[in-house]
Amino acid sequence: MPTQETDHISYQRSFYVEGGNFNYAGTVSTSIKSILKQMDLPNDVVRKSALVSYESEINIVSYARKGVIKLSIYSDIIQIEAIDEGPGIPNIELAMQEGYSTATQQIREMGFGAGMGLYNIKSFSDKFDISSEVGKGTYLKMIINKFSSR
Amino acid sequence: MKLREVKEILNAEVIVGEDKLDMEVKTAFGADLMSDVLAFAKAGSILLTGLTNDQVIRTADILDIAAIVLVRGKKANTETISLAKDLKIPIMTTKYILFETAGRLYAKGMVGCVEKVDNANARN
Repeated sequence: MPTQETDHISYQRSFYVEGGNFNYAGTVSTSIKSILKQMDLPNDVVRKSALVSYESEINIVSYARKGVIKLSIYSDIIQIEAIDEGPGIPNIELAMQEGYSTATQQIREMGFGAGMGLYNIKSFSDKFDISSEVGKGTYLKMIINKFSSR
Repeated sequence: MKLREVKEILNAEVIVGEDKLDMEVKTAFGADLMSDVLAFAKAGSILLTGLTNDQVIRTADILDIAAIVLVRGKKANTETISLAKDLKIPIMTTKYILFETAGRLYAKGMVGCVEKVDNANARN
């Protein structure tokens, strides 16, 4: 599989995400989906990309002060990065577990916070990286293959 | 079955998408937890839910959900309705509870978009 270092980039755009503003939660991912839809990609590739972006966006709104979602399109892959300034994740292994959550009531009322977010992101990405520093923030990198059929 | 039949079976009121009632739908998913909808619902399914906020509409858009059926007589607020209009996602509301809504559709031939969850095939 080509990596972002060697592959040609054809499109790149960053979207600002405001922490704590639930009114706009999901707007970035709706935009990302509509951008991808215009690129003649397979439907399931668009869907998976939008889905991992959406879960990441909900995470930033729910937990971080602010963040950026960066969409980069290469010839064979779609890369979505979610970079936030926030509390960070003290125990990534625990956070990745299905059902583990530190969500507030407000997050749960939106239909999230059941401890599925990171788990879903990992399941739907073809390649997934996470790093986090407590007190600084969290970095997620999701890669979706353009022509894969899983 | 057509969305129109869904409407009739559930005695539902169409809130958005009166012009889309001829759309064919075969499968459904029911949940109030959007993370589970994201994990398991399939494109082209209808979503049965009691949650009525913007996230329901956005989740449906992300997943290419065909239509949303609000159960237990729930109504969405004006902003949520206008978001559904913008994203062209039909919404209807039924007074039936989630269990009855699912049962009545199932009895007429609609099936779940996944039958049961096991990690080998539920997520793709």
